[in-house]
Amino acid sequence: MTNQSSVAFVRRDIIPPAPPPPGQAGVLKWMRENLFSSVTNTLLTILSIYFIWSILAAIMPWTLNGVWVAGSLTECREIRDARGLESAACWAVINERWLQLLFGFYPTDDRLLSSLFYAEPLAAAGGLEAVFGAGSNATARIEFVNAMKADLSNLTIFFFGYWRPLLAVALLVVAVAPILYASLPRRLLLFSLAYPFIGVFLFWGGSFWGPMTVALGLVAALYLGRVVAGGYGLLGGGLAAVLAFILFFLNPLGVVGHTGLFPLFPHVKGVLDSVMPLGLPAIPSDQFGGFMLAIIIGTAGIVLSLPIGILLALGRQSTMPFIRWVCVTFIEVIRGVPLIVWLFVASTLLKYFLPPGSSFDALLRVIILVTLFASAYIAEVVRGGLAALPKGQYEAADSLGLDYWKSMQLIVLPQALKISIPGIVNTFIGLFKDTTLVVFVGLRDPLGLTNAIRATGEWNGIYWELYIFVALLFFTFCFFMSRYSMYLERKLQTDRR
Amino acid sequence: MAEVTLPPREGFRLSQLLYDARYRSLTIQVVAAMMLMLSLAWLVDNTVQNLAALGKDFSFAFLWSTAGYDINQQIIPFTSQDTHARAALVGILNTLLVAFMGCILATVIGVLAGVLRLSKNFVVSGIMTFYVEAMRNTPLLIWILIVFAVMTEATPQPRDFREGGGASMILWDSVAISNRGVFVPKPLWGEGSGVVIAVFLLSLAAIFVLRRFARKRQEQTGQQLPVFRLSLALFFVPALLAFFVMGRPITLELPELGGFNFVGGIQVRNSLIALWLALSLYTSAFIAEIVRSGILAVSRGQTEAAFALGIQPNRTMQLVILPQALRVIIPPLISQFLNLTKNSSLALAVGYMDVRSTLGGITINQTGREIEGILLLGTFYLIVSLVISSLMNLYNSSVKLKER
Amino acid sequence: MKKSIFLGTLAVAGLAAGLASAQTMADVQARGTLKCGSNEGLAGFAAPDANGNMQGFDVSLCRAIAVAVLGDAQAVEFVPLTSQTRFTALAAGEVDVLVRNSTWTFSRDTDLKLDFVGVNYYDGQGFMVRKDLGVSSARELDGATVCIQTGTTTELNLADFFRVNGISYEPVPVATNAEGQQQYLAGACDVYTTDVSGLAATRATFENAGDHVILPEIVSKEPLGPVVRHGDNAWGDIVRWTLNAMIAAEEYGVTSANVAEMAAAPTMNPEINRLLGTEGELGAMIGLSKDWAVQVISAVGNYGEVFEAHIGENTPVGLARGLNAQWTNGGLLYSPPFR
Repeated sequence: MTNQSSVAFVRRDIIPPAPPPPGQAGVLKWMRENLFSSVTNTLLTILSIYFIWSILAAIMPWTLNGVWVAGSLTECREIRDARGLESAACWAVINERWLQLLFGFYPTDDRLLSSLFYAEPLAAAGGLEAVFGAGSNATARIEFVNAMKADLSNLTIFFFGYWRPLLAVALLVVAVAPILYASLPRRLLLFSLAYPFIGVFLFWGGSFWGPMTVALGLVAALYLGRVVAGGYGLLGGGLAAVLAFILFFLNPLGVVGHTGLFPLFPHVKGVLDSVMPLGLPAIPSDQFGGFMLAIIIGTAGIVLSLPIGILLALGRQSTMPFIRWVCVTFIEVIRGVPLIVWLFVASTLLKYFLPPGSSFDALLRVIILVTLFASAYIAEVVRGGLAALPKGQYEAADSLGLDYWKSMQLIVLPQALKISIPGIVNTFIGLFKDTTLVVFVGLRDPLGLTNAIRATGEWNGIYWELYIFVALLFFTFCFFMSRYSMYLERKLQTDRR
Repeated sequence: MAEVTLPPREGFRLSQLLYDARYRSLTIQVVAAMMLMLSLAWLVDNTVQNLAALGKDFSFAFLWSTAGYDINQQIIPFTSQDTHARAALVGILNTLLVAFMGCILATVIGVLAGVLRLSKNFVVSGIMTFYVEAMRNTPLLIWILIVFAVMTEATPQPRDFREGGGASMILWDSVAISNRGVFVPKPLWGEGSGVVIAVFLLSLAAIFVLRRFARKRQEQTGQQLPVFRLSLALFFVPALLAFFVMGRPITLELPELGGFNFVGGIQVRNSLIALWLALSLYTSAFIAEIVRSGILAVSRGQTEAAFALGIQPNRTMQLVILPQALRVIIPPLISQFLNLTKNSSLALAVGYMDVRSTLGGITINQTGREIEGILLLGTFYLIVSLVISSLMNLYNSSVKLKER
Repeated sequence: MKKSIFLGTLAVAGLAAGLASAQTMADVQARGTLKCGSNEGLAGFAAPDANGNMQGFDVSLCRAIAVAVLGDAQAVEFVPLTSQTRFTALAAGEVDVLVRNSTWTFSRDTDLKLDFVGVNYYDGQGFMVRKDLGVSSARELDGATVCIQTGTTTELNLADFFRVNGISYEPVPVATNAEGQQQYLAGACDVYTTDVSGLAATRATFENAGDHVILPEIVSKEPLGPVVRHGDNAWGDIVRWTLNAMIAAEEYGVTSANVAEMAAAPTMNPEINRLLGTEGELGAMIGLSKDWAVQVISAVGNYGEVFEAHIGENTPVGLARGLNAQWTNGGLLYSPPFR
């Protein structure tokens, strides 16, 4: 403050920053830097905008002018002409058939629907048992159901008629959540393990004790294995588990031509059924269809292929040349041949390879082949995860004196699988998309159903609307899955840094 | 290390097979081999029994019987009186054709989309993101059907090319784009055209030699030759000279409307175009992602280092970034080629007669030889994919980082 | 997810191993439903309505067989089969009977180890073209582009027809009828060829059906009929005679409306009496109930009724009886006597 007097003016506070000159801030700056930074860039921008505009101009009127309520394509065209429009989508077909595209010919729960929403006509027809009970007239029942469905809105049928697949899918989300989000309580994993049996029960119905007995058998075999392993070592435990499994599910005496005693499975199930009958109406697989079918095949394929794929990946890294050779051959053969050829194997050849007289339905055969197919891809994903693990981890496990299985189970696999999850999700997306190929072997997937719908007199000749609907269904599902896998990849990247 | 006390030698005991790590792996492998053999034998035995029950045999004789059906898309001549084996061969060639064309187009679109997606231009990168996401998240089969439907609906019918039909041929009436395909002129090889072709091939070889020479010269002396202009001249001048000297031996046969359809020229069928486009568009979305991540994988320091050395931006791309990015890009790119080849088996959806539609479709259906047919079909695809993946392995080992 | 079913099936497979092939009838009865291989969708012959119930001419035959064997027209599971998978599915035992517009040919009957047990529709391959092409005969189609469904006999017939007549054509293979229709309407092919019944069914759905004509040439014989596996003759008999019962019922004037009345007491016509079970024990001979034909006709109707309901002239498909009239009316339908 010494030369205060010699200075005429000293500013005591800071000048507020001046606004940037126009064109150097906000939208204008952003546009200039991003859209019009050079001649080429400007040209690109203009071309792109023109491109978007021309596509929208071609599609939007058709989409937005669409006819939503009509009974047939002809009616749609009449409405369109009456409105004086040049082109209009006929969304009425989606409006009428979306349940079919989602669920195929999966039967609705007509008892529930009629007792909830159609009580008076039901009473007039003689009550639940008279219409749906054993010995009722099938033709009359179908007529009753048709009349009821004509009366109810599709949304009502969706929520109440299809509660079984809806519940199964909802529970699937719950079961998958703890695997995908590590922050959820670990105890939920128990539910994930139980879900396959619950899902099968909900989708296929039948006796509740069927899936439960299978679960029981598996748990019993594993438990026995563990107990015996405590006393007689790993090998003895493994043998005991396999033996228990065989006794429970297969007929070892079949070799000498004796049937009846083994397998134990039907006996246990029979006892449980007679003690406490519990179940849902059984639904055969050939009535499965639509988008539900894609979900079932995709999920079953991935879930079942995970253990096989992990074993294959381990086998491929094995030090035993024969095991390695078998795994490599299997993986390369499966991956070298297109899925559609494998589906043909499922639909035409699998029958030849199995013992005469054994029968699988078409859906099951497709699931078996899809599982084998997916396991080869999962094996490659897991192999990537195993390779990405630092060598020190393997060496650390060895130096702790853990044997092969223990080191894999406790050290290597938990880390390798965590890295592999994005790859597994991507494999799932690929598999899910590929489920559309089952149309070539006659399963009623959404694309197969578009053919069936177009075969009816009312909707013959319509296709854009159906294709777009099916494409959007798949897109929505796969898009969110792929977003999830990207999120996971980013998260894993930060984990490692 | 002076004294190593060897454990007393014991005789080999049977229990060592189980408890001794040296022998256990042998035991496991023998057991596994036995189980594998048993299950294979079981499968074969079942098949033999089932075939016997149906009264069928296992024989490839059906390949030499008359096919009886016609194939529209044929690279080698085929009539309905030829054998099933020849039909399979036609199908194989068609598969390879569409796969080859698809790989090229998919790479071009994919690289373009991948680079544009990194563009700072919001509109352009937005379009590319939308394109990639839409392609990757919708089943290929739906895309094939949609592209085919667009091709069928959006292009004029041949009859529209008549007077007042509203459609006309392009490129001086030499190319017609119709919903039956694109008709392009067909070269007719007159007498003396061999000389023109020979001259053309020679000039191609000359261009190659010139480029090597120019490069060597630059490395030794630092002087650059105008390689591009010289090559351009070499490409056109000698062949054109020969063409006129020989009296214009090569003529073009233009497609014309006649009867129901265009006559003359080469017809590139709609089924081929639709399948080609759909496969390329779908695969290019995956390639775009590969290219994008490949470029992003080259660390920013590399670019900065190149700039610091005073290398121009496009030379930086060419000399510094691309060689490093390619190492990351090529392996997944080739596996996409493999996927494209396998996906070409969806050709049936548009009626393109690939090997799946001829051998694996009509032939099996007419002869009832599922086992043999599918076995042949699977073997073909397996061979193709093994060839492609061995190429990939060759490349991988050639670009492997040479670590010292 | 399906692990349990897989294992369960293995268990069942272990139990059921060694099952003989010649007992389709017992299988059907044990299962309680008939598995009928059907078209995925062909207007008039097999197509699902909005509630998922299958309707159509071929579907009705399946229902008739179900009535005969199980007494319930709804006890049918329709297994959709493509033209490429249909015979393998039947041979593999996935369906009990195949009623899917399948042509009876020598090699299918013998080499594929199948049995065609009758003909429910006499068809022939024809050509449909636009009227304004001015074509009046298939022999004028030199150089035409022809849409054709793959995996059927039609592509062999087509190749033969054009080769024999020395004219050229360009085949455009399509996978399904719906696609063939789409291609044809867009003008990607000049001609659509398939069985005449299919052509009529397809044309019926066009916006301007009058702009298209079906050419007079029928280039092949296409007797379409139900197919069963070779070797199970008892089952073949049931399918064959269910079809014959429907045909005979039309010949003798037995309809779904009057069948109850006619079956109440023996009529003057012994043939009708034997058919309806009021005389003799014909049903027992093929392991069915005495009044099986009565049930079939009352639930499904006779051949003529089924024809009129699904593909007759009053339906959108609009087919005339033609070859499929009774032999007494100049057609080919001729049921062997019930005796």
